[in-house]
Amino acid sequence: MADYILHDHNHDGIDRRGFLKCMAWAGTGALCVLQGGVLKSFALGQLDEHSKASLKGELSFVQISDSHIGFNKPANPDVIGTLQAAVAKINVLPTPPAFVLHTGDLTHLSKPEEFDRLDQVLKSVKTGRVFFVPGEHDVLNDDGKQYRECFGKGSLGEGWYSFDQKGVHFIGLVNVVNLKAGGLGNLGHEQLEWLEKDVKRLKSSTPIVVFAHIPLWAVYPDWGWGTDDGAQALSYLKRFGSVTVLNGHIHQTMQKVEGNVTFHTAMSTAFPQPQPGTAASPGPMKVPAEQLRTLLGITDVDYVPGKHSLAITDSPLAI
Amino acid sequence: MNNRRLASMILVLLPVLVVLIFLGHKKAQAGTAAAAPGVIKIDNFSFTPATLTVPVGTTITWTNSDDIPHTVVSDDKTFKSKVLDTDEKFSYTFTKPGTYSYFCSVHPKMTAKIVVQ
Repeated sequence: MADYILHDHNHDGIDRRGFLKCMAWAGTGALCVLQGGVLKSFALGQLDEHSKASLKGELSFVQISDSHIGFNKPANPDVIGTLQAAVAKINVLPTPPAFVLHTGDLTHLSKPEEFDRLDQVLKSVKTGRVFFVPGEHDVLNDDGKQYRECFGKGSLGEGWYSFDQKGVHFIGLVNVVNLKAGGLGNLGHEQLEWLEKDVKRLKSSTPIVVFAHIPLWAVYPDWGWGTDDGAQALSYLKRFGSVTVLNGHIHQTMQKVEGNVTFHTAMSTAFPQPQPGTAASPGPMKVPAEQLRTLLGITDVDYVPGKHSLAITDSPLAI
Repeated sequence: MNNRRLASMILVLLPVLVVLIFLGHKKAQAGTAAAAPGVIKIDNFSFTPATLTVPVGTTITWTNSDDIPHTVVSDDKTFKSKVLDTDEKFSYTFTKPGTYSYFCSVHPKMTAKIVVQ
């Protein structure tokens, strides 16, 4: 049973009275879903397949990240196996994704055979196409030349590009090249100029999805988890009603909402990393073997036309 | 033995002793000039020691003991290693005095320096 709340007194798309009412319901076991400023509530237990389907949108895609093909240390001696498990998970999603976004660190050491192996494994994904952005592990020897030859065809500069799907504008950014001593991720002047021009012609109602390897917001600068000029990129997207930023690099999920922008990082398909500040360094985190796959996973994203936010669901490889 | 024999022995041995001492001193001097090699360990996303002071002519060897690859790149590009996986090494001989700040180009928050005197 669904109940719509539609009072927008502040004209900001948020129904505050309805929100409070819904929160009271939540205490009694209702599920509230905010979509486009409209609150829909479902009594838990009544959330059947039909209701779930109505939460699904017109565009579905998947984000995977940090496959690190070539890594073979104790944290995960079989990164191919866990990547294959991620592919299997994608292939049983109720709605097959239109495409997959890989947010970087495809390989561990930028070796040709590592790129090749990844390519082979991803051929089994039941989807239209896989889009990539590089991680710092993909540009180790040649500033990304090999990466761009294999996975960056049609891209500009270090590998950035944009495309449109079902009215959503997707932007792939590269923030792992020309890193400065003591610095964080870096987009650079040329790429920022391109980005500003790229979105200039778009209507503010166009939903935007930006994907890049290193988080565009300051998750934990001490560990290099941020982008020095990320704020400038976001300033070009300020006027848009719905912006979703998808990143990887930190090998764990993290989400932040700031105004119209939803930031989200994905799990790795290779190995987990510690939470900010909980270890000496952000290296691979060893966990008991039976726990590994609960900390690796994929991210399913659904867009419903006219809705404000994309529905983002993280799924571990095992529970 | 009698005094005369003792005196002749000393006369013979003394120059030999002097020569040996002289050679030993020279060897010690030569050892200092060539300099003991410098050693830097890379582990837990850091260079240890963070600051290393060495004489001109020292060869420093970095060893990556971390379970993640790193690089050794000087800020002014004087030296630049290829990517080092676990247990791989990089060496550089410092022939000019100065302060060399360097970092890992993959994880740029990792910084350190060599002072060559």
